[in-house]
Amino acid sequence: MNAVNAPNSFRTGPDESGHFGIFGGRFVAETLMPLILDLEAAYKAAKADPAYREEMDAGLKHYVGRPSPLYFAERLTEHFGGAKIYLKREELNHTGSHKVNNVLGQILLARRMGKQRIIAETGAGQHGVATATLCARYGLKCVVYMGAVDVARQAPNVFRMKMLGAEVVPVQAGAKTLKDAMNEALRDWVTNVHDTFYCIGTVAGPHPYPAMVRDFQSIIGTETRAQMQEAEGRLPDSLIACIGGGSNAMGLFHPFLDDPSVAIYGVEAAGHGIPTGQHAASITGGRPGVLHGNRTYLLMDDDGQIIEAHSISAGLDYPGIGPEHSWLHDVGRVQYLSATDEEALEAFQLLSKLEGIIPALEPAHALARVAELAPKLPKDHLMVVSLSGRGDKDIPQVAEILGSRL
Amino acid sequence: MSTRPVTRLDARFAACAREGRAALVTFVTAGDPGYDASLAILKALPGAGADVIELGVPFTDPMADGPAIQAAGLRALKAGQTLAKTLAMVRAFREGDTTTPIVLMGYYNPVYIYGVDRFLADAKAAGVDGLIVVDLPPEEDRELCLPALDAGLAFIRLATPTTDDKRLPAVLANTAGFVYYVSITGITGSATPDPSVVGAAVARIKQHTDLPVAVGFGVKTPEHAAAIAGGADGVVVGSALVDAIRASLDAEDRATPATVPAVTALVSALAQAVRGVRRAAAE
Repeated sequence: MNAVNAPNSFRTGPDESGHFGIFGGRFVAETLMPLILDLEAAYKAAKADPAYREEMDAGLKHYVGRPSPLYFAERLTEHFGGAKIYLKREELNHTGSHKVNNVLGQILLARRMGKQRIIAETGAGQHGVATATLCARYGLKCVVYMGAVDVARQAPNVFRMKMLGAEVVPVQAGAKTLKDAMNEALRDWVTNVHDTFYCIGTVAGPHPYPAMVRDFQSIIGTETRAQMQEAEGRLPDSLIACIGGGSNAMGLFHPFLDDPSVAIYGVEAAGHGIPTGQHAASITGGRPGVLHGNRTYLLMDDDGQIIEAHSISAGLDYPGIGPEHSWLHDVGRVQYLSATDEEALEAFQLLSKLEGIIPALEPAHALARVAELAPKLPKDHLMVVSLSGRGDKDIPQVAEILGSRL
Repeated sequence: MSTRPVTRLDARFAACAREGRAALVTFVTAGDPGYDASLAILKALPGAGADVIELGVPFTDPMADGPAIQAAGLRALKAGQTLAKTLAMVRAFREGDTTTPIVLMGYYNPVYIYGVDRFLADAKAAGVDGLIVVDLPPEEDRELCLPALDAGLAFIRLATPTTDDKRLPAVLANTAGFVYYVSITGITGSATPDPSVVGAAVARIKQHTDLPVAVGFGVKTPEHAAAIAGGADGVVVGSALVDAIRASLDAEDRATPATVPAVTALVSALAQAVRGVRRAAAE
């Protein structure tokens, strides 16, 4: 990082108009603009209200089951023979991933705003399940948009959402994955502006979503800080997390951005490999553009048409990334790496066998890069991996791929 | 009156007002179903009665559009349409028509990637009169709206049922040409607007601006168009025309001899309906 150009703090963004450097912003249709301004005002008021904080804290403790453990992965550490690896166990949260942290915050906000109908987009289904869960808990109507391809490859989560009382709408447009689900959710929102709250699942979309979702997910990093202090008496030396939109990563990273001793790695999905063009690595293989309400790194062609992403992981299968990540990349605070489908599958199996933890395919991408980084680091290097979700949902898909190999 | 030069848009809306009628604004997607057929449609629109042409710039992710215009954009992209080709189409149209205003309508990313300054220069040179960019609200005026006004292109703003009196001045601040009132909360080609509600909304907007107000989203038939025309300076029809194009295509989505006549027949019927409604020449 160039010290001359480095800001005094990496934690002050976004500015009042929702920008992180050139990234972020509010690129939405006029119909939605008043809603987004209302949401911003409501969130600002909620943040200042101790009653909202208390409600959040109680929900995180008693319903979500926080704090999630920071677990020393002893056998994984021995296996790699280098850095001491800790797993931040977000997969142990209620609903099986970090997604619930954000959804709790947004649903409590929707209740404060008097909204009765909640819509969400989902890729792997983890955000959809978390949203359906909290809508059931608070008696709200829930509609989840999911690409038809994802509906097919994430069947267990589709069933869970339906069990929880949500309506799951398979989206047939485009490549029928997460991007198309988000388009359809935005079309629903623009149509049902009066009673509907759009619960976005990641640190993307128009301001204030990227900042708001980051705030809700920052509990991951805040807990990690305290837990590492308790376990080792100091800060970790490195953090690593997978990135689709990037909410688990931003949640882990944000509380550490101003600690220069902490190296930070985000891992994008390289699909069949970056050179093949069939990947979901927006930063590694894309460039800045405007989609879904924000400016950020996107996969696109020379005419500015968005290219379909590819990843084995439905949760990473998105041609964009949260705008704050784009900024952290440009200023050099976070290093963005990538892992292929094949590497993620290997890591998926390795963690299952060595630690008795079946990870989701999403964090398996982060684990794949740990396999490369950890062996080269000294044994007193403390590395934290965000284990953002559990792999139950991926079992049918992985079984189909590995069926003949096991 | 303002001091800016009279543009093709100003002249056309003023001419319609003198005739005591609303303008018919027609939308088709550039390059749907292919470049040649689309250019033929474009050239046929004024003769069929279109007063203003909105030319859709295809985008992979048209978040404010319904199924008809989504499909039209995908047909155009599949046939190889690009923003550069859309500008070429406008240049070709201008060789035979120097008076019908053309407004490009689409989303920001293709323009952003083309390069804002280069795009504005090329669009102006091609004979484009105005821009409607759905995902650029006033909060993002520095991106394209202000540079467009500097370049002499009208930046036409969408006002919607959610745009209240408090917000209207901001929405109208840097706009020119006309104001596009989105008559429903929703996507293009979905619900049908209620003419009496729309008339009241147009009257509300007119308290804040001298610009003509055109109404669109959900106007599908000559009867709808006539009903809206009584209370607005312009009526926009898009999805219905795009549907007419689709219905005329062969099994491989290619144009047929029926394609251009399908569009001109509907435009003629719409024009006749709009021209049949007399308005007080109050402008």
